Amino acid sequence: MSDEVKNVVLCGVGGQGTILASKILSSCLIDAGYDVKMSEIHGMSQRGGSVTTQVRYGKKVWSPIIGKGSADVLVSFEKMEALRYLEDVKVSGATVIINDYAIQSLPILQGVTDYPEDCMDRVKEKVENTKIVDATSVAAAIGNPKAANVVLLGAAVKALGLTDLDWDAAIEKCVKPKFVELNKKAFQAGLEV
Amino acid sequence: MAKELMSGNEAVARGACEAGVSFASAYPGTPGTEILENIGEKYSDRIICEWAPNEKVAFEAAVGASIIGGRSMAAMKHVGLNVAADPMCTFAYTGVNGGMFFVSADDPGMHSSQNEQDNRYYARFAKIAMLEPSDSQECKDMVKTALEISERFDTPVMLRMTTRVCHSKSLVEFGEPVEQVKREYVKNRTKFDPVPAMAKIMHSMVEKRWKALGEFADECALTREIWNGGDIGIISSGAAFNYAVEVFGDRASYLKLGFTCPLPMGKIKEFAGKVKKLYVVEELEPYMEDQLRAAGIECVGKALIPEEGELNPDIIRAALTGEETPTIQYDKSVVAGRPPMLCAGCPHVGLFYELGKIKDVVAVGDIGCYALSGNPPLNAKDFALCMGAGFSMAHGAAKITEKFGAGHKIVAVMGDSTFFHSGMTSLLDAVYNNSNAVFIIVDNRITGMTGHQENPGSGFTITGAPAPEADIEGIARSFGMKDIHKVNPMDLAAVREALNASLAFEGPSLIITRYPCVLKKWSQEDKDEFAPDRTPYFVDHDKCIGCRSCIRVGCPALSYDKNAKKASVDPRTCAGCGVCAQVCPKKAISRKAGE
Repeated sequence: MSDEVKNVVLCGVGGQGTILASKILSSCLIDAGYDVKMSEIHGMSQRGGSVTTQVRYGKKVWSPIIGKGSADVLVSFEKMEALRYLEDVKVSGATVIINDYAIQSLPILQGVTDYPEDCMDRVKEKVENTKIVDATSVAAAIGNPKAANVVLLGAAVKALGLTDLDWDAAIEKCVKPKFVELNKKAFQAGLEV
Repeated sequence: MAKELMSGNEAVARGACEAGVSFASAYPGTPGTEILENIGEKYSDRIICEWAPNEKVAFEAAVGASIIGGRSMAAMKHVGLNVAADPMCTFAYTGVNGGMFFVSADDPGMHSSQNEQDNRYYARFAKIAMLEPSDSQECKDMVKTALEISERFDTPVMLRMTTRVCHSKSLVEFGEPVEQVKREYVKNRTKFDPVPAMAKIMHSMVEKRWKALGEFADECALTREIWNGGDIGIISSGAAFNYAVEVFGDRASYLKLGFTCPLPMGKIKEFAGKVKKLYVVEELEPYMEDQLRAAGIECVGKALIPEEGELNPDIIRAALTGEETPTIQYDKSVVAGRPPMLCAGCPHVGLFYELGKIKDVVAVGDIGCYALSGNPPLNAKDFALCMGAGFSMAHGAAKITEKFGAGHKIVAVMGDSTFFHSGMTSLLDAVYNNSNAVFIIVDNRITGMTGHQENPGSGFTITGAPAPEADIEGIARSFGMKDIHKVNPMDLAAVREALNASLAFEGPSLIITRYPCVLKKWSQEDKDEFAPDRTPYFVDHDKCIGCRSCIRVGCPALSYDKNAKKASVDPRTCAGCGVCAQVCPKKAISRKAGE
């Protein structure tokens, strides 16, 4: 294990399952012997607000949170949110994974402002290693669009080079028994997208 | 022993279990709500745990449990300690029997609070001991230490946490729970009855204890020195300590303080004497820095580190080293805001829609989800302050309005849990002093904003056991309130009628809207009483004239297409409440075709 601490930011909208994905990630890293800190940054999850979780892991992690320009991997569960949190990402060497899925916010629903349809292109322009995943469709094909969070987790794990860890065990630990098989499949699909 | 990833809140709950706490009480408040929630979920077989109507009551119940001999605790958010400050400051005089600690969960950055006061000053103000954990392991361990200090020095102990300590998860190693014991209770008025003659004796005890605590601060194992050479020294505590180490690594030496009231001045002086440059890294106020300066120790803190907001490694790096982390430069203006909003099917929406339409009304708000009613498109709220203040502020405002003949009417809104918290006394004042204002209690059958905690009106306790249901109407009547209107807030005509009648009434008038929060777990009683039809609505685009009336409801299930000039309902989000259908002038919105 190197001394270097890796930083992962998961962002989306309340109800998209960013916290479950963070829990599976953290749980697996702990069992693999890493020190881990996980922080939910925004808490208005049930009221349509923007949510982020930060997961930091390494030999020894001090701060539970990172500042701007520090994330190795940004996983965006909603495509406009990727642009909102792009400033969290390291200027070089970072990976951004975006779910090709839009959720309108109040000012957009009200017709006050427009959804930035070109948001993914704007991210791609800045981060070479941007990966677009249609996670919601992939999850729907497996059996439940709500498993998009674990599809995205699979994609993130691949980007982090952590595929060798025991992810099935972590999923079994964190997910209700009746959803374990679905989530294992979703995770596999995420590794392959 | 097992190791688990836990939030600071979960770790405090675990600590209470391991340290033999027998009684725990709290009023929910972000960021500390999950402490009692976790005790209720995991340790209610060992610990008597309760939601109290407010923080003062929670604190006092814990005091009683301590005096009679049990180990006890109370938990509250920072502003909750303002409410509990009265018992806290005198319990500091009497001291304890069974060990007692309380959590102050501060919210630097105001993630979900109305201010960011630094409650460390409360411990110094009351001259009691304070511990500040930096991570979840320390949260758990410090509960045990706090109770030991409490019993050894005869003092309540404050465990001061912050949002980041409460909500961040880190590894915690479990210990074995100790046996719960009850100390003997012996009647001792000199110790426990603070009438003036006794209180004078108690104050002398407080001063002696303060000195003893100061000596203990220097001896105890809660101060940790990490020595990396004498060029830069950093004194820090709580969440800020982690950020400091993150930034400086082994380029600085650290004095990490866990016992922060009174400060371990001996150790601080010794450390300060060994380093060339001394920084004090602390969040919010210069609580430690001012005490260092008063002791003649030269240091740098708030001259460089902001007093406002939550810190993070970036802020400390920029402040103390001048180094900025490079970030990707891009046009952020295209990113639309994503503010929190009232939910689809929220029972508050209809009331605020109607209230927002009335001219010449000053609307006073309170603390809860309905605080969002001030935002567009509802724009229904004028001002607010703190828990329970809505009705009392409205009363004062109504008196001045009347005295000067100003042409508006005062309306105040608060939730059921806020009413039980401290709104009851506000309403009593308004009735007693004959207020000419309209008081509205939005009873959604739960404490909503903090994530659905039971309360005295919901019919259940923290463990889900049935409880007597406090009757809001009965309470108001017993106060002498004569004009009371009860409405279903999903029926806009009834809401309008109640508002008009109340506004026309001379004297205090009360409206109670009763309908369960759409997100709460509905009890059988809720289902029987309200029998909701959740069939989604849809907009007939042939009838829609694009007037945006429905959009002004602010429902997340409704959207407006600027180009087509048509509104639409998202059937996946729609909760079937029907408020939008009631505001549509063309009857273009109805339940799905065929229903």
